[in-house]
Amino acid sequence: MELIAATRVARAQQRARAARPYAEQLTSVIENLAAGGAEVDHPLLREVENVERVAFVVCAGDRGLAGPYNSAVLRMAEREIQALRADGGDYKILAIGKKVDDYFSFRRYNVDTAFVGFTDNPTYENAREIAQRVRQLFDSGEVDQVELLYTEFISLGTQSPVVRRFLPLESTAVMAEAGGGDGAALAGFSFEPSAEGVLQDLLPRYVEARLFAALLDSAASEHANRQRAMKAATDNAEELIVKLSRAMNRVRQESITTEIMEIVGGAEALGSDDDEKTFHEPMPAGDAGHIMTGAD
Amino acid sequence: MAMQIEFVSPEDILYSGEGTQVVARTRGGGELAFLTGHEPFIGSLVPCEVRVTEASGDVKRFAVRGGFVSVTRAEVTVLSEAAIPAGDIDVSQAQADLAAAQAAEVENPEDPYAREDRVWAELRLQAAGQGDASVAH
Repeated sequence: MELIAATRVARAQQRARAARPYAEQLTSVIENLAAGGAEVDHPLLREVENVERVAFVVCAGDRGLAGPYNSAVLRMAEREIQALRADGGDYKILAIGKKVDDYFSFRRYNVDTAFVGFTDNPTYENAREIAQRVRQLFDSGEVDQVELLYTEFISLGTQSPVVRRFLPLESTAVMAEAGGGDGAALAGFSFEPSAEGVLQDLLPRYVEARLFAALLDSAASEHANRQRAMKAATDNAEELIVKLSRAMNRVRQESITTEIMEIVGGAEALGSDDDEKTFHEPMPAGDAGHIMTGAD
Repeated sequence: MAMQIEFVSPEDILYSGEGTQVVARTRGGGELAFLTGHEPFIGSLVPCEVRVTEASGDVKRFAVRGGFVSVTRAEVTVLSEAAIPAGDIDVSQAQADLAAAQAAEVENPEDPYAREDRVWAELRLQAAGQGDASVAH
């Protein structure tokens, strides 16, 4: 299982790499729009002053045996929800992964929708489906804010659970900066139908792309965690085999020793009957000797 | 003179090559052709057929599910969730999708997602040369 997980990490990383050009291109379009000063009044940018209702998109796995991968995200989500409720806010959970759905349904949390069955190999179509539900909630005003919780894949050795504000989106200028682009926006672009029109079309795709990136990161993290967990399990099992083999050998040796002792003891017991004859026979002679010495 | 042409989807780079012309349909702008040295341009694409004239002179056709086209002097990049070369379109899949989208649209005529799915299915059939009229043989 460790080896299976190892190949899957490699594949998940490969997919995350393959997805990067699209995200980079989208970001560079946003940069160009920001450079052109485009700002629109889009529902996805709608900020609410008093955030009371929050949707939590919680990304974890469908399966266990991945070390702390699931529990770390779940614990973080639960903390966030408790904090919100302490402030009198209301929440909804969008569960991505069977473990998330199981965890929160069992504890009677308010799970709005569960998306399961793809966490170890998510496609863009999955991201679209989730984005659709998220936007329905946000556009209709059912929630004021959407938080995205997932596990960031930093390196093969390091993955950490994170909470990111997902919606409303930041302004284009902030997005461009956060996108990590090279800032080499070329002035003098012309836009069709218009800068605002392009932005209108772009924002929903940006939402999907971000969600997709989070799914890919989570998948890579899950496999990396599983690989580590399985390696630890293999190592532990090997240690245990050595320990148990020793214990078994010792027990066997003990039982052999006991058996030998019994045989020896039994033989001695039997032999001592003979001995009594063989040994005690000369006794009269000894007695005789004693008598003889006594006779001295 | 050739320019670099790329089709990028969220999952992968679908096509990358040199060509001399790209024809696409932008929202509000109708069909536009980009030649080498076009002024920097960003446009929203409607679902459409995009034609690429390769350096060799061959014309490649792609069914593109909307998105964006970003043009600089030496590069044309098509950003789209889905772009399928006309030769690779799965006709039976497209027909099934079309039927499903039509059914969803009948159920809820206001559903924008159903309409989008229907347009996309129709476009694929058309690009594959399997328009409604030529389906039954």
